[in-house]
Amino acid sequence: MGRRIGVFVCWCGSNIGGVVDVSRVAEAAKKFPGVVFTQEYKYTCSEPGQEMMVQAIKEHQLDRVVVASCSPRMHELTFRKTVARAGLNPYLMEMVNLREHCSWVHPDDPEGATEKAIALVRKAVAKAARLEPLYESRIGITKRALIIGGGIAGIQAALDIADHGYDVVMVEKEATIGGKMAILDKTFPTLDCSACICTPKMVDVAQHPRITLYTLAEVEQVSGYIGNFEVTIRLKARYVDIKKCTGCGLCETKCPVKVPSEFEQGLGMRSAIYKPFPQAVPNKPVIDADNCRKLREGKCGLCAKICPTGAVNYEDEDVFITEKVGAIVMATGFELIDWTQYYGEYGGGKYPDVITGLQFERLVNASGPTGGKIKRPSDGKVPETVVFIKCVSSRDDKKGKAYCSRVCCMYTAKHAIQVKEKLPDTEVYVFYMDARNPGKGYDEFFERAKKAGAKYIRGRVSKIYREGDKYIVKGEDTLIGRNIVVEADMVVLATAMVPVSNAADLAQRVGFSYDKEGFFTEAHPKLRPVETNTAGVFLAGCCQGPKDIPDTVAQASAAASKVTALFSRDEMETTPMIASVNPDLCSGCGLCLSICPYKALSLQETPDGKRFVASVNAGLCQGCGACTAECRPGALNLKGFTNEQVIAEVRAACLF
Amino acid sequence: MSVLNNQDKAKEWRPRIVVFACNWCSYAGADLAGISRIKYPATARVIRVPCSGRVNPHFVLQAFQYGADGVLVSGCHPGDCHYATGNYFTRRRFQVFRRLLEYVGFEKERFHARWISGSEGGKFAETITEITAAIKKLGPNRKMRRELH
Repeated sequence: MGRRIGVFVCWCGSNIGGVVDVSRVAEAAKKFPGVVFTQEYKYTCSEPGQEMMVQAIKEHQLDRVVVASCSPRMHELTFRKTVARAGLNPYLMEMVNLREHCSWVHPDDPEGATEKAIALVRKAVAKAARLEPLYESRIGITKRALIIGGGIAGIQAALDIADHGYDVVMVEKEATIGGKMAILDKTFPTLDCSACICTPKMVDVAQHPRITLYTLAEVEQVSGYIGNFEVTIRLKARYVDIKKCTGCGLCETKCPVKVPSEFEQGLGMRSAIYKPFPQAVPNKPVIDADNCRKLREGKCGLCAKICPTGAVNYEDEDVFITEKVGAIVMATGFELIDWTQYYGEYGGGKYPDVITGLQFERLVNASGPTGGKIKRPSDGKVPETVVFIKCVSSRDDKKGKAYCSRVCCMYTAKHAIQVKEKLPDTEVYVFYMDARNPGKGYDEFFERAKKAGAKYIRGRVSKIYREGDKYIVKGEDTLIGRNIVVEADMVVLATAMVPVSNAADLAQRVGFSYDKEGFFTEAHPKLRPVETNTAGVFLAGCCQGPKDIPDTVAQASAAASKVTALFSRDEMETTPMIASVNPDLCSGCGLCLSICPYKALSLQETPDGKRFVASVNAGLCQGCGACTAECRPGALNLKGFTNEQVIAEVRAACLF
Repeated sequence: MSVLNNQDKAKEWRPRIVVFACNWCSYAGADLAGISRIKYPATARVIRVPCSGRVNPHFVLQAFQYGADGVLVSGCHPGDCHYATGNYFTRRRFQVFRRLLEYVGFEKERFHARWISGSEGGKFAETITEITAAIKKLGPNRKMRRELH
């Protein structure tokens, strides 16, 4: 082949040199086919080390480079840049992992480590001799972001991106944006009213000239790749023309149907044509088709008759639209676990006064069903004793989820304070496993709850049952080792946060990974916390894992900054290590089409028009190589990991 | 004397194991074994591939023909593939492949497919230790080996 290969062996101080006989490795490398130059150095990655490499490449006219040092996951990019400085194509460099895979794991066997190091270098030289120059191609970027989910995470991300001057499309499955934060009464640790800080932001979204908002909408399909996604969105039938509707609310007052309100967590009622809550954005009603008499039975039609603008349209149907975007932010939030299926001993949902934390939020909310007066849902009685139970289905994989939901300690402290403020004579008991308050001002807030008079009992509640109009709560105080019985009027459960029920399905549709709970997986838990493993898809809020509002907002802004960084360029480089087709070998069988996870392969007619052969879309191909193993005639190959290169490595690794 | 020498040689014999490790999980797992300084025998020669789905069974056959005493194909856990589905194909291919090896009378203990994640440095070290011990019991691969020298 007449290659001029240079081998640079690194001591990495004593990290490699302390175990592996580096000089022997460099000496052995001289005899490998094509090697014309070898060098050893204490720290090859250092400035002088890199400079020596540049000089050696020029002086000895090296055309391929092998660097035997640490993991390529650490320094491949560094040395690619180094060889590029010497005028070589950056992909003509191959690394050998002498540190993580050799010296660090064989400290007691210097002889074995040195032999292995020689074998690894021989393997890399064999591959290097077959390396070909590769060139990055450039793809354009659609400077438009899609935000899936209109809770506080989605709102923050949308506003940040739009304020940067880029267009945003927001898709929310409910009739209004605002998410769970809009349901809350007050927010810890400052106790400022949730609506006061959330609803202005909702209005900002609706009024922002750069944000297109689709409510009652769901993402059906996503195709394409970073910078160039094409998204199909289903706009569900609203039965109200929001262009004609003025939001006057007359229809709601006349509708004869009354059903439990989702926004009020079942504690209040709403009509079949309704606004989820008075500050909903958009502030227009929607018809609940499952409960509307006109849509179910063809009778009634009152709302259409009463509507002064003729906005009601019973013939409305789902519409599909497509949007082109360059980046996607997932902000689908959370739900509360259905605790009733795990906790039969707490009544399994049959006691009306055993409620969730989110229901309690509505009970203390001034705009809630009781006007902010804490009353029992069953009989409207003011409770004299309220029991809070934390970790219901959290931190318990036998009865729900193994993880901590992170917000319950704080919101239970908040609820306890609220009860003591509104009803000073009411007794408050909190059963807890641990008090986890690691946030700014959080532990102080927890102390405040205790000072306010909440009695914290460390232990679990084993049973709740009814006696007269009281609920008997039996538990144990594990700190004094005594059984505790509380006669309560109302019990509030801090139930586990779980991802939205269709999270996994949505992740599959958009095309990125999620964990066994259905939370979306970040690309790296520490260093890439808002990115997914799919380029161009970012995460914000509880869809990634349980978190409170400050963390959610911080993460949403972080995701937005990743999106704007991407949009700050007109085009981006794509990896050149992708599949390629030899059309002369391709039989056109099409087996590769179904194996490709990115739909990057298609059959294209040959120029002579006689047959069809596979063709790779460079923008879609991520370079996994699954197609190459599937290809029967061997027409598909993977640049940077070609069949010839891998087989040469195999052969060199097997020689003595 | 010669018997003794042979025994000494047998003691020194170090199997050569070719490891195909996917870049995202198993290669990172092997890196983590290093970072955590978990020791294992110096028998593995790791070939980095983007995904275990890239590993053509042909490569494995070649390894045995060139004299590898053992081969390990290692990828992300099913469901965790960086490329979403690559390792499902790996799983299917190599289940069939292992049966084929057995069918043609080759020791199937020389071939392994494992799932090792980027956080499983210990599992990588254990796997190499375990496979090395198993292959030491079998002795060198002579059956499929081409005489190259």
